[in-house]
Amino acid sequence: MSTVEIEAPGTVRIWLRRLRSLEFILGAVLTVAMIGLVLASGLIFPDGGDAMDLTARLTPPFQSWAHPLGTDPLGRDVLARVVVGGKISLTVGFLSVLGAVVVGTVMGLVAGYYRGVWDMILMRFADVQLALPFILLAITFTAILGADLWNLILFMIIAQWVQYARVMRASVLSLRDREFIQSARSFGVRDLRILLHHILPNAYGPVLILMTLNVANNILLESSLTFLGLGVDPMIPSWGGMLADGRSYLQTAWWVSVFPGLAIMLTVLGLNLLGDWLRDFLDPTSKA
Amino acid sequence: MAGFLVKRILQAVFVVLVVTLLVAWAIRLSGDPAIMLTQGAGSFTEQDLQNIRKALGLDQPFTVQYLQFITGVVTGDFGKSFFGGTSVGSLIAHALPLTLLLALTSLALAVAMSIPLGIHAAVNRGKAADTGIRILSLVGLSFPNFWLAIMMVLTFSITLGWLPPSGAEEPANIVMPALTMGVILTATNVRLVRTSMLETLSAQYIMVARSKGLKERVVLYKHALRNCAIPLITYIGLQFGGLIGGIVVIERVFNWPGMGSLAFDAVAARDYPVLQGVITVLALLIVAANLLVDIVYGLVDPRIRTE
Repeated sequence: MSTVEIEAPGTVRIWLRRLRSLEFILGAVLTVAMIGLVLASGLIFPDGGDAMDLTARLTPPFQSWAHPLGTDPLGRDVLARVVVGGKISLTVGFLSVLGAVVVGTVMGLVAGYYRGVWDMILMRFADVQLALPFILLAITFTAILGADLWNLILFMIIAQWVQYARVMRASVLSLRDREFIQSARSFGVRDLRILLHHILPNAYGPVLILMTLNVANNILLESSLTFLGLGVDPMIPSWGGMLADGRSYLQTAWWVSVFPGLAIMLTVLGLNLLGDWLRDFLDPTSKA
Repeated sequence: MAGFLVKRILQAVFVVLVVTLLVAWAIRLSGDPAIMLTQGAGSFTEQDLQNIRKALGLDQPFTVQYLQFITGVVTGDFGKSFFGGTSVGSLIAHALPLTLLLALTSLALAVAMSIPLGIHAAVNRGKAADTGIRILSLVGLSFPNFWLAIMMVLTFSITLGWLPPSGAEEPANIVMPALTMGVILTATNVRLVRTSMLETLSAQYIMVARSKGLKERVVLYKHALRNCAIPLITYIGLQFGGLIGGIVVIERVFNWPGMGSLAFDAVAARDYPVLQGVITVLALLIVAANLLVDIVYGLVDPRIRTE
């Protein structure tokens, strides 16, 4: 027995119309461009942004084709480092959300469907999470685990799975006593099958929205922690790391601090636009 | 209401206990302060290190150390810094007002900017002003706060020379950090004000107020704004944790000697008592802010008060 989907006539046309919204186009273009650039960064800049051109140190931007966005005090190309640095941000953003969503969805499904002790523990966890200054805990944990890409991802998963669990739980609670679930149960369908085939497909919407916005959010968090020297190894090119470097020569070379920030902004803006569009799309009543 | 409050207070105490336990446990995994203390100060034997640990109370089992810390907190004694022996209480007493000053100034700025902007967007729904405000708020949500801080330093200190780039010696020092946080908060709040205003403005009592011939300003700010105050207050209350988190980072950029700077130095030096103290106080503060939201609820909305 699979889920029943009622397709109204003209759904395709409605889809197409919604896809034509400015939010979607801008968001998709920005996101796809960023992901594409980062995936191709190895081809465009085979040296990984580490090549030093000592004769062209501190070249201002928009003055030479060799260094369109200028160079830093070591003569490294800012454009190359911005593109290569995107790898770190996107890796952290996507992997941390993927990990948290898997853990959170399972926990939320179980807590919402079976209630009881599990549910209570989950909700207390959620309380604690609300009161935690995330950055402060991140500081403490990265100080123990060491500043490293994988530790950062792990920490984000530990800190954020509860969000997905809460959202999932709320959806499950609103679904578990509906007629189609009751009828499935009366047919003797096993719990696991009900959860995976009947509840999950009807509850993924809010989780999807949260995921999009959290990829954006985690890219911001990663850059903050790396900027503070608590995220990714400062030797690896990353947006937060470049901004930390650039701060010390803000007076002489503003471009080293401006462009990585713009890269963060465009990436996060693209994801936020997609998240916003998704929210309106999946829940038209929320459209203000 | 009393029963509800008691339940919320018990929950809050539980939350603070869990947070402190987590932090105390985590930071003890992070490194040995005895080694940090002796770094670069010549050679030390294992016996010397043992003596230092004993003097700092680190030879005790974790449960004993934690219980000592908690009883200390209840009596208002947060212990002494491992370095120099300054009392943690006095370090916090110095840093906390600075952080709170920054937090409240940013919040006031955010409220002052987001309410008129949000109302303006709602009233002109779908027009250029609305689209403009929505785009600006989305852009404001999309860059890291420390980058905005750096850009402000670049503009107002380096290029224009109007404001001091860092420190907390003169009143002008607060302008850029508060503006940074204020702008970031405004970007989130504008959307919320706009949405709840749109909802309220379609209510019938607004139509009645308008048909009575009341001035538009009175309709908007007296009738409509009051009725969407509840979601706004909740949201601002829940934002407090995020605000503190943001300030911690911003303090670093502007060398603002608040709780964030204190926490950073403590992590770098493995100064357990200071870090524990800072995080406990901040967690208490955030929990208290959330509690306050529940109480203010009752004051703003008489329906909740009588329940």
